[in-house]
Amino acid sequence: MSGSVSQLPASAISATSSEPAIELRGLRKVFRNQVAVDNLTLSVDYGEVFGFLGPNGAGKTTSIKMLMGLVYPTSGQARLLGRKLGDRVARRQIGYLPELFRFHEWLTGSEFLDLHGRLYGMPAAERRKRIPDVLTLVDLTAYAHKKIGTYSKGMQQRIGLAQALINSPRLVFLDEPTSALDPLGRRDVRAILARLRGEGVTIFLNSHLLSEVELSSDRVAIIDHGRVAATGRVDDLLARDLRVEFRIGSLPAELLPELGKLVQVEQIAVGPRTVVTTRAAGEEAIAAVVDLFARHNVRVYGVMPERRSLEDVFVDVVAPTREAGR
Amino acid sequence: MNVVAIARLTVREAFRRKVILGVVLLSLGFIALYAIGFHLFRDNYLSLEARRSVRTGAGPAPSYAVSASAMVLLGLYTVNFLTGIMTIFAAVGTVAGEIEAGTLDAIVPKPIGRWQIITGKYLGFALMLSTYIILMVCGVAITAHLVGHYGPPHLVHGTLLVILVSMILLSLTMLGSTLFSTMTNGVIVFMLYGVAVTGGLVEQLGTALNSDTMVKIGIGSSILLPSDSMWRLASYVVQPSLAISFIGPNPLGTTVPPSALAVHYSIVYCLMLVIGSVLVFQRRDL
Repeated sequence: MSGSVSQLPASAISATSSEPAIELRGLRKVFRNQVAVDNLTLSVDYGEVFGFLGPNGAGKTTSIKMLMGLVYPTSGQARLLGRKLGDRVARRQIGYLPELFRFHEWLTGSEFLDLHGRLYGMPAAERRKRIPDVLTLVDLTAYAHKKIGTYSKGMQQRIGLAQALINSPRLVFLDEPTSALDPLGRRDVRAILARLRGEGVTIFLNSHLLSEVELSSDRVAIIDHGRVAATGRVDDLLARDLRVEFRIGSLPAELLPELGKLVQVEQIAVGPRTVVTTRAAGEEAIAAVVDLFARHNVRVYGVMPERRSLEDVFVDVVAPTREAGR
Repeated sequence: MNVVAIARLTVREAFRRKVILGVVLLSLGFIALYAIGFHLFRDNYLSLEARRSVRTGAGPAPSYAVSASAMVLLGLYTVNFLTGIMTIFAAVGTVAGEIEAGTLDAIVPKPIGRWQIITGKYLGFALMLSTYIILMVCGVAITAHLVGHYGPPHLVHGTLLVILVSMILLSLTMLGSTLFSTMTNGVIVFMLYGVAVTGGLVEQLGTALNSDTMVKIGIGSSILLPSDSMWRLASYVVQPSLAISFIGPNPLGTTVPPSALAVHYSIVYCLMLVIGSVLVFQRRDL
């Protein structure tokens, strides 16, 4: 895992602070009578790693396919690198790993990368230099001259990733980039993503593996029924609507109304220690409760916020609409 | 440039999938059989001719050219038929198959136009098929020359027409491949091909039987798919006029050649179908 991930191409579109790298406004796709994507609006800044989450059939792949020019939006607008969809200058600087990663299996790994470099308009000298780099990056140098048809699924996905990075893109769309990889392969891809992020590449990551997204992304959007159901920084989402247990000495009854203003009190268990179970809107609320206890000389033995994962957030966001749909 | 890359890819696929190897081996087999057949035919003809001249005391008959021309026609017809089938089989899934497999998902988002994918594929196939036709016609002509001591007229003109036949079928198959699944396209194109061949036969029968209706059916089928009529024109130009009037209306040739208008129609037909493929593919969700 070495070799340069990305040099800015000479024709790079300059990053302007005013404009996001990805901007979708009211993007909508209807297949016959079925709404696949409904009014999708979001924006991703330059240099961000953006996780795109949602249950099966939420419209994630259709959304990416629209951005990649494979599927035409029914309505709405989208701009990539400040240019409208399909713009060739923008496309030169975009990499894409499709969900199904099916490639011409009668090509060898290096022929395949050469073809895609050619399609990106890279001159022969540049391709010759770049192909060994990306092969090293995805750890397939030893298989460069073997046909893709003989590759394992995981290797095919890795050569697909190499293809998405061959042009040193400034913006990369990865649709389930680790679906065929074992834990080691996943860790390698995570390392590649970290490097790309370090080089300022904007990454749009669609994945089922929430722990993966939690580890790699700066910001996420959870989409459901073709719309954004929740979006925000990963840390903020994780801290949202926390369940917190306070282990305290004893709770004076007159403190209860004030406590209720700060957090939602769910349960009070009185014993040698009183355990107050609450729901807090965020971390600030927890701090305020501790302050309140301190002011009233209530001894605090422990504050235990529930450790939430992105999966919990995801379930909270998606499950209610599923239940309603039933 | 992108068109060339896609054309190269198309040619490379044919080589890699060993299509070319199979075709070359079978074609060599065909040429060998054809040479043996031509040789036997000539022996047979010469011995018959010798007996006839002993019996009648007349000099050699002028009809050798007629028979040798029929042999060449058979050879060229086989080339035309084989190329027709090959064209359909080669291109039947070229777009549909790639959509079904998902291999286009990584190609289409590249900074290239979708039209370049269609024209690149078309050029790749056109190049391979034309090369094949030229080599096979050379094979037939060289055999006729060496084994049969006969040279057909207007061979270049005839070859171009056989190439046109292949281009007509290629255009139709490409258009079908942008519209339908591989299997559906195969069924539809083969049915149309069958209609064209049968239409051509009906037209020949109509000429022989003086049936206006049958001739009209033939013309109708050649408007729908002009491949068979272009083959018949090819057959007309590569035979000496003596052979044409001697053989008369027949399953492989014609006594009434399609006009220059028909040739222009065929060329426009190809162009329109390729443009149609581009337009369909341009708008399609993948």
